[in-house]
Amino acid sequence: MTDMTTAQEDGTLARAREELWQAVCARDEDAAARAVFAALDDGADPEAVLLDVIAYTQREVGRAWAENRFSVAQEHSATAIHERIIAAMAHRVPAPATAAPTATVTVACVDGEWHALPARLLAEVLRLRGHRVDFLGAQVPTPHLIAHLHATVPAAVALSSSLPLRLPAAHSAITAVQAIGIPVVAGGAAFGVDGRYARLLGADAWAPDARSAADLLERGLPRPAGGAVRQSVDDLPHLADQEYTLVTRSRRQLVRNTLAGLEERLPAMSSYSEAQRERTAEDLMHIVEFLGCSLYTDDSSLFTGFLDWTADILEAREVPARVLDPALVILQEELKDFPRTLGLLDQGRDTLRRRGTRPSVPGPGAPA
Amino acid sequence: MTRVEGSSPLRQELLSSVGAAWTRAPYASLVVDATGTLVETNAQAARLFPAARTGVPLAEAAPDWLAEGHQRAVLDGEDAAGPVRGRHGQRTLEAHATPGADGEVVWWVVDDTHRELAEAALKEEQERTGFLAQASSRLLASLNTERCMEVAVELATQYLADAAVLVAPASGRRHPLSLGAGGEVVHRTARIDPSDVPGLKEALQGFPPVPSRWIDPSALPEWALPDGFTGPVGSVVVTPLPGHGVPAGALILLRRSDQAAFDAAEEIFARVFAARAGAALSAARLYMEQSAITATLMEDLLPPLLRHVHGVEFAGSYRAAQDTERVGGDFYDVHPGAGPGEKTLAVLGDVCGKGLEAAVLTGKIRSTLQALLPLAGDHQHLLRLLNGTLLNSRHTRFATLVLASVLRQENTTHLWLTSAGHPLPLIVRQDGTVEEAQTSGTLIGVLPDVKSVTAEVDLRPGETCLLYTDGVTEARGGPLGEVMFGDARLRDALAECAGMPAEAVVERIHMLVAEWIGDNRHDDIAVMAVTAPRTTHLTAVDGHTAGRYTA
Repeated sequence: MTDMTTAQEDGTLARAREELWQAVCARDEDAAARAVFAALDDGADPEAVLLDVIAYTQREVGRAWAENRFSVAQEHSATAIHERIIAAMAHRVPAPATAAPTATVTVACVDGEWHALPARLLAEVLRLRGHRVDFLGAQVPTPHLIAHLHATVPAAVALSSSLPLRLPAAHSAITAVQAIGIPVVAGGAAFGVDGRYARLLGADAWAPDARSAADLLERGLPRPAGGAVRQSVDDLPHLADQEYTLVTRSRRQLVRNTLAGLEERLPAMSSYSEAQRERTAEDLMHIVEFLGCSLYTDDSSLFTGFLDWTADILEAREVPARVLDPALVILQEELKDFPRTLGLLDQGRDTLRRRGTRPSVPGPGAPA
Repeated sequence: MTRVEGSSPLRQELLSSVGAAWTRAPYASLVVDATGTLVETNAQAARLFPAARTGVPLAEAAPDWLAEGHQRAVLDGEDAAGPVRGRHGQRTLEAHATPGADGEVVWWVVDDTHRELAEAALKEEQERTGFLAQASSRLLASLNTERCMEVAVELATQYLADAAVLVAPASGRRHPLSLGAGGEVVHRTARIDPSDVPGLKEALQGFPPVPSRWIDPSALPEWALPDGFTGPVGSVVVTPLPGHGVPAGALILLRRSDQAAFDAAEEIFARVFAARAGAALSAARLYMEQSAITATLMEDLLPPLLRHVHGVEFAGSYRAAQDTERVGGDFYDVHPGAGPGEKTLAVLGDVCGKGLEAAVLTGKIRSTLQALLPLAGDHQHLLRLLNGTLLNSRHTRFATLVLASVLRQENTTHLWLTSAGHPLPLIVRQDGTVEEAQTSGTLIGVLPDVKSVTAEVDLRPGETCLLYTDGVTEARGGPLGEVMFGDARLRDALAECAGMPAEAVVERIHMLVAEWIGDNRHDDIAVMAVTAPRTTHLTAVDGHTAGRYTA
């Protein structure tokens, strides 16, 4: 590798980003690989290639999907191409030989979390920095994670989640890992842009991106004492009102009732095909799930943020956001005994009402 | 506080009526004037303070703390703070002041030596109980033996001793050791002679502990001194860690010579702690042994990591019915052809039943198929042989499966697909059309003879053949609940996967099914995609066998 000046490297990375984006749009894996390996051959720092080229392009892919410029197939293909390139890079760029054995870090996605790429990138960055890494991949059931940790006792666990809906699962994973005396650093879009949900759920640390997560893990985290598992109400006393439990447990009934209510009130729905009806039910399920998530965290911004984001997605597909309001009205009627829930639904309706014609912004992840 | 109002006649009257009782009161009482001179003492006070007589300064007859308390009481008058306390010889006394007439103070002295002792004992007991509760919960937190040893040493150095060494039973000729002196605990294994430390050999053999006073601290070998330990050893306790029938190890506790030696109560307490550490360590050891055995036995039952073979993409994904398990009754395998011109055999199947028992049978089928690979060109023959093997086995279970022989020639990928009673493979074309492979056949392991029809299918670049088990189509859930995922939804989902890489197809289908199921119960689920790449694969570009990352 040749030494590069910063300006040269910036130029190389910018070129690689452009070429990778073109390749991914064309679903051309060869061209994608050429773009990345050319940058490495030019002496670009592998960590920068991972984070400033591949991760950057992956974010662009997500944005393109949200704005309806990419199909589901294009989005999945792009992700698959990125994963393959990362795997090929791992063969090409050997991990540095370190004299002293460094601490092992376990990198895993929360149960139910399918977006493995952010965790994968962190695992590779750690590997490039000379750490031993156990990468457990996407959607790791917490019992598997804990069994792995008993066997390996890493210095820390890096837990990744993109979807806020996984926060309750993340919470039980965090408390279970800490109970066996291993610190958890949380990362990914689910934990909020400022890490507020990582703090809320009692993670030992939070990192906004792979670089800072790697820095954090390099400095090392103190071990929690371990012992009895903290229960969810210990961290989140508001759960004692049972609203989260009741709404989440009856979510399917809520969706059925809301769908029936919509059909009664909106004549247009009588002409829906069975598939359209199911799509609507799925949308309602997402609304109820995010409602549950806001109840769990006692943070209305998760629910209103989701509605805002959904409205963006709908508008990108030329559906007016106001279609969401009748559903919220029916949910208010269904859940009239739950004060915290009613408050959230009020705020949700307010959010939709206040939406002007501003340009769409990509928000938190949603099932793709 | 009741104040006796100050006129002298009233005082005289009171004294005459209560005086005799006051003199004989079971508690010491002294009347002291504002200058600190004793006015009167009762019988108990005279017994307690032999020098106390009328006219003697309090400071000469009683401890300093009482004299000082008196000065404060005189100054503060009614506002005087609560009682004063202090030692007097072997006793602990508590003195309460009540104001008398003319600036005099009446002192009531209570001997609370026993309460003091009881409180100290209670505090110590509470601390020990608290420590034991904390110790138990921390010791049981990890099922990793090394971590468990570490925690035991940490706890011992925090509460019981200046340094601690945990000696585990030898594995081979070497003993695992954990050593700590308050700082970080160090692990090492060493060839040590337990008889170097008096009582250690006995402790490791499960004999009762040797009393601390029998152990000569200066005789400790070098290996038994943790790195951070400074100063000569003052006293040593060696206590066994009782385990499940056999000792889980022994704990050596060290105190520096500038610290008090271990007393008998502390030795007993160390034993109580060691019992907890031993139980936790034994449980961890048992778990580690069992999980190592399970991992070894399970290795061949886990679904393999698939990769790209001879220009064709293979990807698979598996989810057992129980989230706590990794194996079940579904299985898949890819057996690469010997060269690019040879067919690769892929197989995906489903054994009746769930869990470990079903998994064991999948293992048998997979190894039988492996052995029959030379005959893989003739699916009918292969199925017939497999059927014979299953019929003759002691298992009464049956299986369904799909065989797929795969050969890429130029840009066409040829497939020979045979279903033995299994859901039919689906093919998604470049334009998103989804077709069913026209194959049929009887399931395996029931009838003496099996028949099958093989379908020939060609894939062009970007097209995928999907093999799956009925755990996909029979998955129940959806936004309205209890609805089957079904063929139609699977076909719709697959239609969107035209042109996607194999890994992406598998992930997409698996994700949709998982979301459909939500937290419902479900069967084992296996999905495999055989995909003709849209472009030449990465491995062909740079000469690296990239494959799917093996995590």
